[in-house]
Amino acid sequence: MRVSSISLRDFRNYAEADITIEQGCVVLVGSNGQGKTNLIEAINFLATLGSHRSSTESAMIRTGEDAAIIRVHLAHDDRQILLEAQLNREGPNKAQFNRSTARLRDFPRYIATVLFAPEDLLLIRGDPASRRRFLDELIVTRTPRLSSILSDYERALKQRNTLLKTARFSEASVGKLSTLDIWDDRLATLGSEIMVERQRLVRDLAGPVAAAYESIAGADHHPELLMKESVLLPLGDSTIDQTTQAFLAVLNSNRATEVERGMTLYGPHRDDVEFSLNSLPTKGYASHGETWSFALSLRLGAARLLRAESVLGDPILILDDVFAELDASRRERLASAVSDFEQIFITAAVVEDVPAALLQHVFRVERGTIARALK
Amino acid sequence: MYEGIVQELIDELGRLPGIGPKSAQRIAFHILQTESFDVSRLASVLVEVREKVRFCEICGNVTQEVTCSICRDPRRDATSICVVEEAKDVVAIERTREFKGFYHVLGGAISPIDGIGPDNLRIRQLMTRLADNTVQEVIIATDPNLEGEATATYLTRLLSSLEIKVTRLASGLPVGGDLEYADEVTLGRAFEGRRTVS
Ligand SMILES: Nc1ncnc2c1ncn2[C@@H]1O[C@H](COP(=O)(O)OP(=O)(O)OP(=O)(O)O)[C@@H](O)[C@H]1O
Ligand SMILES: [Mg+2]
Ligand SMILES: [Zn+2]
Repeated sequence: MRVSSISLRDFRNYAEADITIEQGCVVLVGSNGQGKTNLIEAINFLATLGSHRSSTESAMIRTGEDAAIIRVHLAHDDRQILLEAQLNREGPNKAQFNRSTARLRDFPRYIATVLFAPEDLLLIRGDPASRRRFLDELIVTRTPRLSSILSDYERALKQRNTLLKTARFSEASVGKLSTLDIWDDRLATLGSEIMVERQRLVRDLAGPVAAAYESIAGADHHPELLMKESVLLPLGDSTIDQTTQAFLAVLNSNRATEVERGMTLYGPHRDDVEFSLNSLPTKGYASHGETWSFALSLRLGAARLLRAESVLGDPILILDDVFAELDASRRERLASAVSDFEQIFITAAVVEDVPAALLQHVFRVERGTIARALK
Repeated sequence: MYEGIVQELIDELGRLPGIGPKSAQRIAFHILQTESFDVSRLASVLVEVREKVRFCEICGNVTQEVTCSICRDPRRDATSICVVEEAKDVVAIERTREFKGFYHVLGGAISPIDGIGPDNLRIRQLMTRLADNTVQEVIIATDPNLEGEATATYLTRLLSSLEIKVTRLASGLPVGGDLEYADEVTLGRAFEGRRTVS
């Protein structure tokens, strides 16, 4: 799949921008703060319904305006799709699919992206939350249905935590039936779907990540991924049902502690995935270069996994400011590892940072305008 | 900020559900500037609705009498009760003409965040209605979202001790949605395909 045109209205620092783009590698160059990241953020938003740098959608609407519009034409084989999202400062967002009303939350079914950014170092060095986000974004891209499971889980967790905080006072209820049981049930039912999907992802990602690591580091350091769950599961594949039962059992036997602490201590919101090289955990052991290689391999491995199983074909790769962070050999190896993807967006402050082989369609970005650079 | 009472009007309107500051401002100026707009009529309807409308003593639906027109209708099937969250859900289900029994309006769904537990809903009243063995089927038609599902699970467990068939509307309703927004056909189908949960 590839983007064949983008139109922005009042998105970030763009009042109005329209560009058409070809297959291959699109390079956006310009000084700091001109709008390079803003442009790729717009594309990435349609695929993930989120932003890699802010959690509030209103930050994406141009200052002083009421609404931002992102319109993207996609080409997949000979099929054409038009996605349009309107983000409103007030009231709900609107979406159109091929010019008829649609639901924004269905857009990830039509467009998939894999974003590489300097912040990816946090996948290795950061807290478990950044690794969970990595897993969960991929899970949604693989299985869009999981998107509502994840948001329901978040909400069930909030509901249950609220109840735990007040549990001591509110337990005498109609028919003496504990409402905590009901939320345990919701939490475990939703949570086990997430746990099983993460297990499946980590298992399927192992091969592609190992291959990606070797191509980027130029050496085999035996990279591995291992889920670290707060609810212990029997070894091997667990069904959703078995996982739900295990989850419920843990909640049951730890209820007193959870009531005392007033929070949910078990479940996918407490889980982590551990990365290792040559059997040593990357966190605390890996060198700076190895850390970069692993972070890039996670993204590249994800991209190759999606390519292998998605009906959408290749995901769109986005490399935001990545080359500036890498040494010459990693740059070249990354360039050749991504070069066979159908479409790649690259941003860089200076064109010299981008390996020559990738300089196919170069655009200059300046103060919210985009122009094709002359060769 | 506008002066005095104009701002007060905007603030009051802004407190209504679904109305943000901009819409509140638009409505306020419509009221101020449109000559044909009958302000006293709106004001009197607002006062009247509070005075006259109350909740049916049996089912919790809105009515101007002690009991609602559905509860007073002798042609309805007394052996089944459909449990919904809000009065507006009764309207949505009535439109499908699939259901001939009575309703029970809970007045919301279980939601600790909003401070709503089973005791804040009309669950005790439901148990009272079920006590005399007339009702043979309870259809749980809470919203197909997290809180609706939690409430449905709660009711299912509570009712499992009684000798009553409990069913839940078939899925196919848009997940994460509100019952009232489901179109008639979808909602009608959900009724036909309801499944026994206890
Ligand atoms: N909602 C908004 N309205 C107007 N301008 C905005 C908005 N959001 C961000 N900007 C502006 O956009 C600019 C940032 O653009 P962007 O992040 O795309 O820069 P960049 O070209 O990627 O730069 P760098 O090379 O530093 O990464 C900032 O100057 C910021 O003030
Ligand atoms: Mg940038
Ligand atoms: Zn009634």
